[in-house]
Amino acid sequence: MATKTKKAGIGLHFFANPARFLRFARKIFPWVAIVAVACIVAALVLGLAVVPADYRQGDAYRIIFVHVPASYMALMIYVIIALASAAGFIWRHPLADLIAKSSAPIGACFTFISLVTGSLWGEPMWGTWWVWDARITSMLVLLFLYLGYIALNSAYDDPTKGARASAILALVGAVNIPIIKFSVDWWNTLHQPATISKFDRPSMDASMIAPLLLMVVGFIAYYLAVLIIRLRSEIAARRIRNLRLAQVGG
Amino acid sequence: MSFFEMGGYAAYIWPAFGVGALVLIGLLVISLRRLKSREAALLRLEAAGGGRRRRGRGDGDEEDAETEKEEASP
Repeated sequence: MATKTKKAGIGLHFFANPARFLRFARKIFPWVAIVAVACIVAALVLGLAVVPADYRQGDAYRIIFVHVPASYMALMIYVIIALASAAGFIWRHPLADLIAKSSAPIGACFTFISLVTGSLWGEPMWGTWWVWDARITSMLVLLFLYLGYIALNSAYDDPTKGARASAILALVGAVNIPIIKFSVDWWNTLHQPATISKFDRPSMDASMIAPLLLMVVGFIAYYLAVLIIRLRSEIAARRIRNLRLAQVGG
Repeated sequence: MSFFEMGGYAAYIWPAFGVGALVLIGLLVISLRRLKSREAALLRLEAAGGGRRRRGRGDGDEEDAETEKEEASP
């Protein structure tokens, strides 16, 4: 009976206890750090030095190896924030709010990288640094959503209030995600459609896909590593706050 | 043509990868520094708490004790 309830407890509530999460995080941290460094270095070597130049874009297309993985992370992290915000809002899961809060700056950084590298790719290929195309504009909106989320989350003295207010922003802003995803199909403008999709064969040679996928895996591992660092930092901040309150109150 | 010239696109490729590296390493360093300073602050606060607890962790203590008990039971 006891084991049964214990098993059922694993899942959503497994990490509700910060102490248990910290133990788990310490265990996996070295592994995600190693995977991040190994995959990113391998992707850089393959993408910049090994893979041949594109027949139309020459060497300029190599920007894809940072641009596409960064854009992918920007979207994925926003989805994680929206889901974690929903979990924090509905079930008041204590770690979910912290996951959403800790993920936001990482997502904002990837969105920024996506916009800058896209601009550096646009100038030689399209002849312009910037165009108010649907994909690019919706990515800029995503950056503002991230910044708004971060600002709103820290705008309250009570972190619970900040978490609830920013959770609403994250959930409303999630409308933007399908807009970004399908913008290249809905509006036929400058930005090219997806290179790799689940439904079609990729429009890229297999040798060029390897560095792209390696970089995606490397970025995911980087995200997990920085997320663990930031979560530990948030948990420490919460303990500091509680200790201070206890000292003032007691 | 040399590797660093990137077929004439060096002015675009190296800044793109440079910005990526700079932002990601910067975020990592900021996050690590913040963790270090908060953990140090936490240790100071706990030390100032005056050994009331073996390894005092504020309100997390009850939760910790509960977990330990739960995990110890077969």
